[in-house]
Amino acid sequence: MGIEGMPAAEINRLLQLARKMNPLKARPLLRGKQVLLLFYEASTRTRASFEIAAKALGATTTLILSSGSSIEKGESLLDTAYTLRAVGADVIVVRHPNAGAPHLMASHLDIPVINAGDGMHEHPTQALLDAYTILRHKKKLAGLQVAIVGDIYHSRVARSAIHLLSKSSARITLCGPPELLPEITTTLAPGLRITRSCEDAVRGADVVMVLRVQKERLAGLKVSLPDYIARYQMTVARLRLAKNDAMFMHPGPIIRGLELTWEVADCPQSVIVEEVENGVPLRMAVLARALGRS
Amino acid sequence: MSRDAKSGSLLIRGGRVIDPLAKVDALMDVLLRDGQVVEIALPNKIRGGADEKFDARGLIVAPGFIDLHVHLREPGQSYKETVASGTAAAAAGGFTSVCCMPNTQPVLDSPEWVTWLRQPQRGAVVNVFPIAAATQASKGAVLTDFRALQRAGAVAVTDDGKPILSDTTMRDALRASAEINFPVVQHAEDTRATQGCSMNEGATSFRLGLRGMNVMAEAAIVDRDVQLAQQFNGARLHVAHLSTAEALKPVRRGKRNRARVTCEVTPHHFALTDTDVRDYDTNFKMNPPLRSAEDREALIAALADGTVDAIATDHAPHAPHEKIIEFERAAFGITGLETALGLAITVLYSGHRMPLARIVELFTSGPARVIDLRGRGTLLRGSHADVTIFDPKKRWTFDAAKTRSKSHNTPFDGRQLTGKVVATIVGGKVVHRAG
Repeated sequence: MGIEGMPAAEINRLLQLARKMNPLKARPLLRGKQVLLLFYEASTRTRASFEIAAKALGATTTLILSSGSSIEKGESLLDTAYTLRAVGADVIVVRHPNAGAPHLMASHLDIPVINAGDGMHEHPTQALLDAYTILRHKKKLAGLQVAIVGDIYHSRVARSAIHLLSKSSARITLCGPPELLPEITTTLAPGLRITRSCEDAVRGADVVMVLRVQKERLAGLKVSLPDYIARYQMTVARLRLAKNDAMFMHPGPIIRGLELTWEVADCPQSVIVEEVENGVPLRMAVLARALGRS
Repeated sequence: MSRDAKSGSLLIRGGRVIDPLAKVDALMDVLLRDGQVVEIALPNKIRGGADEKFDARGLIVAPGFIDLHVHLREPGQSYKETVASGTAAAAAGGFTSVCCMPNTQPVLDSPEWVTWLRQPQRGAVVNVFPIAAATQASKGAVLTDFRALQRAGAVAVTDDGKPILSDTTMRDALRASAEINFPVVQHAEDTRATQGCSMNEGATSFRLGLRGMNVMAEAAIVDRDVQLAQQFNGARLHVAHLSTAEALKPVRRGKRNRARVTCEVTPHHFALTDTDVRDYDTNFKMNPPLRSAEDREALIAALADGTVDAIATDHAPHAPHEKIIEFERAAFGITGLETALGLAITVLYSGHRMPLARIVELFTSGPARVIDLRGRGTLLRGSHADVTIFDPKKRWTFDAAKTRSKSHNTPFDGRQLTGKVVATIVGGKVVHRAG
């Protein structure tokens, strides 16, 4: 359901398991299993990598999008879940615009439900693949200086990442305007630091993570777009303030020219592509674990 | 609304009578006849017989409880509650009178609907006092005819469920209120600031990824309303389901300035906080939402010191298809009639040492005064024979499956409570007796 309730031991187990997963040479751990992908929201990365991960383990996959399904006729979330169970789903991977949707499903089903993103709440597999990615470059998470810049208030990626990094004793600095990063954010985990200066956040960081910012949101909150770009856009100059071997991360989709410049997106420190690649073995691990095949 | 013209006589013996309005707190016997309280006297001093006797030894005998805020869901939403089922739940909770809210389908905004609601055919087992809509269809624009509604039997007006947001509309409403001495009940929420919000704004809402309602969305409206009320001598403003420490400030100010400002607090607001919203359980979703621990403490202090006039349940039944869905999409509201007394005794009396007499006041003379209910909320001779008899020591567990309400949307299922209704008497007739 979320990283918040996940013991550190379980996080580590999943990361270890992911290391052993090779999408090209996997054992068919999930042969005969039906993985139902239920996506109420748009997705490229998460959907594709869950599908490929499931197939790599020998499972069959079926994708249900809300548009073009009976969800358009008003079928409820629970009834949709029961229906998918009835057609033979062994696990449901769900992305939904409402926080708590996976919880509701899980409390009414006897099969595992995997959260692929629920509203503003959590995106656990993203946090896990990001931790996995960091650990391919850094010895450990404990003590790492991580800066997260962007619209944290609306971000499920941010919440999951903060929970995971905090559990792993990383040192987290958050950065953004008050409308997108309210002071209450510090209550999410112990030791969180907020700064309104992008330079201050990035300086000395081992990992710089930038989050997408939606233009419509900025307009709705009366935050000036040019002002946001001037103060928070990740540029090569800003990134240079981080450590020499700092990693640059972004969960995607990126909007070049908004939260990051073209140059930053393609800079040598960027692991954006690697994050996506790592999503597959990570999700193989999550699926295998959910179905008791690890 | 007693169904029998003659109720015979009933002698309630040996109980501890707590009647705050009459300043009584003593062992007394109470004689009811023909729907009235005919005599209260020291034990065994009432002469003559009675058709029936009730042994109230070890129990509290109080004026019948009055709930200022109940959603009976008729007309139009009887799938989740009816006047009959809702008043049965009220009786089980010790309430002898309830005020029902007008956010029905259609909205109760005409004298005809007020009359309809009061008809015996509705099957009420306790007294029902309708609160009618303050604006037509509760759209917030054009005032209803307060005078005609009052004449038809409405005890107040409200657009509950929604605020009266416009300054001019609220001003006009309070002016009309002053002219005919008729309370305006405000659901104080600046809906412009709470769009898409499903709980209190705080650490919990942030953690759960839910948009939260800031306390100022309630307090700013109360502040404005009190200012307006102070402009019209005699205007009656009643703040529904007040939930924040911040909103208590203008209420205190209004009372200090002798404006007729009153307010009510629900049991769930003095019993729970926003940290109780766990696992997206929609039985913890209501409007106004559960607030912070500081707010709860402030409400309890205000209940004790007289700033709050009444406990009112905001009993809001909903069907499963309206609650067992995504948290953000679920209907706001929980039931509350049958758990109110138990929560008051458990939290306020046992938990916060509030005197029983004050608790009884919050259920009786306090609400009666808010809506000028004559002859109720007290057991003075000549009052209506509405009596609530309860055991303040009884430990019990609330079982939602046994509710008289049609709906089960409560956060208190399985909750252990102290304080239970033993008998509810309306117009001299026992309409509920604990099994």
